[in-house]
Amino acid sequence: MPEIRLVNVSKHICSELNITIRNNEIFVIIGPTGSGKTTILNIIAGVTDYKGKVYIDEQCVDGVSPGKRNVGYLFQGLALFPHLTVFENIAFGLRAKGMKEGAIKERVLSLMEMMRIKHLSARYPHMLSGGEKKRVALARSLAPSPQILLLDEPTSSLDHQTAKYLRGEMIDLLRKLRITTVYVTHDLREAEEIADRIALIFHGKIEQISTPKDLFFNPQNESVSQFVGMPNIIECTQSRILTSGLVEVVSGEMRMILPYDGGNIKKIAIPPEDIYISDVKPPGPALNRFMGKVEEITRYNSAVRVKLSTGNRTLLAELPIAAFDEMNIEEGKEVHVVIKLRRLRYVKS
Amino acid sequence: MKNKTGRLQWAWGAMPVILFVVVWEIIGRFNLFPGQFFFPPFSAVVKEFYDLTANGILGKNFLSSLTRVLIGLFGGSIAGIFVGVIMGWKHMVNKALSPIISLLYPIPALGWLPLLMLWIGINEMLPITIIFICSFFPVVYNTTTGIKNVDKSYIYAAETLGASNIMILFKVIIPLALPNIFTGLRLEAGMSWRVLIAAEMVAIPTGIGALMIQAESLVRVDIIMVCLIVLSVMCLLFEKIFALAEKHMVGRWSSHA
Repeated sequence: MPEIRLVNVSKHICSELNITIRNNEIFVIIGPTGSGKTTILNIIAGVTDYKGKVYIDEQCVDGVSPGKRNVGYLFQGLALFPHLTVFENIAFGLRAKGMKEGAIKERVLSLMEMMRIKHLSARYPHMLSGGEKKRVALARSLAPSPQILLLDEPTSSLDHQTAKYLRGEMIDLLRKLRITTVYVTHDLREAEEIADRIALIFHGKIEQISTPKDLFFNPQNESVSQFVGMPNIIECTQSRILTSGLVEVVSGEMRMILPYDGGNIKKIAIPPEDIYISDVKPPGPALNRFMGKVEEITRYNSAVRVKLSTGNRTLLAELPIAAFDEMNIEEGKEVHVVIKLRRLRYVKS
Repeated sequence: MKNKTGRLQWAWGAMPVILFVVVWEIIGRFNLFPGQFFFPPFSAVVKEFYDLTANGILGKNFLSSLTRVLIGLFGGSIAGIFVGVIMGWKHMVNKALSPIISLLYPIPALGWLPLLMLWIGINEMLPITIIFICSFFPVVYNTTTGIKNVDKSYIYAAETLGASNIMILFKVIIPLALPNIFTGLRLEAGMSWRVLIAAEMVAIPTGIGALMIQAESLVRVDIIMVCLIVLSVMCLLFEKIFALAEKHMVGRWSSHA
């Protein structure tokens, strides 16, 4: 499967982009709405004109029509042909290639089986649910056996459960196919779950390309740090395996016991929403709790951010407004700090 | 239960028609309209319909009109779809032709009559040409709009799947523009009858329109009414045929067709 290289590529908001997407990797492009994510996919697919050069496997593909770039593209709006049945939608690319009827039928049936949509064969797109449509669109883009797969927010506009389920299936599928994949999303957790590498894009400019871990632990600038929302990165001075699956880490005066399997921990990143604060002593075992001093309170639309100092360290906690208002918390006051263990991220030594 | 509701709805719809016919019959039969010759009762119109059908006059004139409509409408629609597809598909053609189309489209079809009488003469080609013009421009307009309005993402999807331009045009763009094309066809199907009758009344000695003008000179209101009913039914029937064709071709996949 090929490598993709964008050299000094410009279009709309995107300017002078230089990106190399490696063979077989799942490359996630993440960024806020309107940052130019879809434009990059359109450039790789060749459905839009652009300045600069695009190489697929060292071959310059500028001027090569989209159909000859060997790219499968799952559009954000899916673009399933409304006048064709599920079968005919999937078969479209195969007919375009001039494949024989028997071979088309065989390939479409095997794809429908793989995507578990065989029972939908004769239905039209307007008769399908959101999740079913996504599966059909994915099957259609995979049908002509592309070398590159472009996925534009494939789990957007689905309910949480369906999105989670489809994402799991897609990860399995992509790992199985080992196909160079460019995956666009604005969901950080999704990116982290699926990516070999992540490119963070703001206003058409790539801010950072790195592995998911590096993105969280080594944000290259302020805007990356703000986007990944991981201001609480704690260096561990000591790390000790207690039993299988439990590690005790020490960082200054903080001592925590964390669920972790596999070696010593060098750094921990704690999302602000996973730091709980209370003006009264919370019930339950005194595990991973500290006292902290409220340094600053900032109110947003739906949340309150609280800057805390614990020893010589500063932590940032985020609480829903309703929960914050129920408590008596003011700047300069001492509060109880509890670290939730749900979404901690670790770096091994 | 469903059948019962259906029957009730049908009865509710038929009621005003029955009432209309009854009132018409009463007014005609009891000479409630000033001048009894000018308002024959419904039964007299039905009887005249039977007589005109039996002696072949209505059939002969109807057939003349029908032939003209079919040829003119078919020719105008095919040419309109052809030109509309090219205008919608090729930007440069659209740019070149749309000023001419925009100038000619607002002219009422009957406005062409004096010019065409001089150019073509009074013969079969005259009403056919009028109907051709009547259907051509709206079909061009609707087809161009339909083709241009096809969402670009479908075209991109077809392109990335490797479809050629011809395949994209015939397998994606034209099918997706069908609802718009049918809107034009449906409107013109009824309109062509209206234009034909007017043309026949003014210039042509045969056809339903000509029969009406002859009846007028003989003060045969019953014949005029027969012709009007035939005209009304044909307008309705033609629109219905295109609506059914649209439902057949588009209804399966369009959730709102």
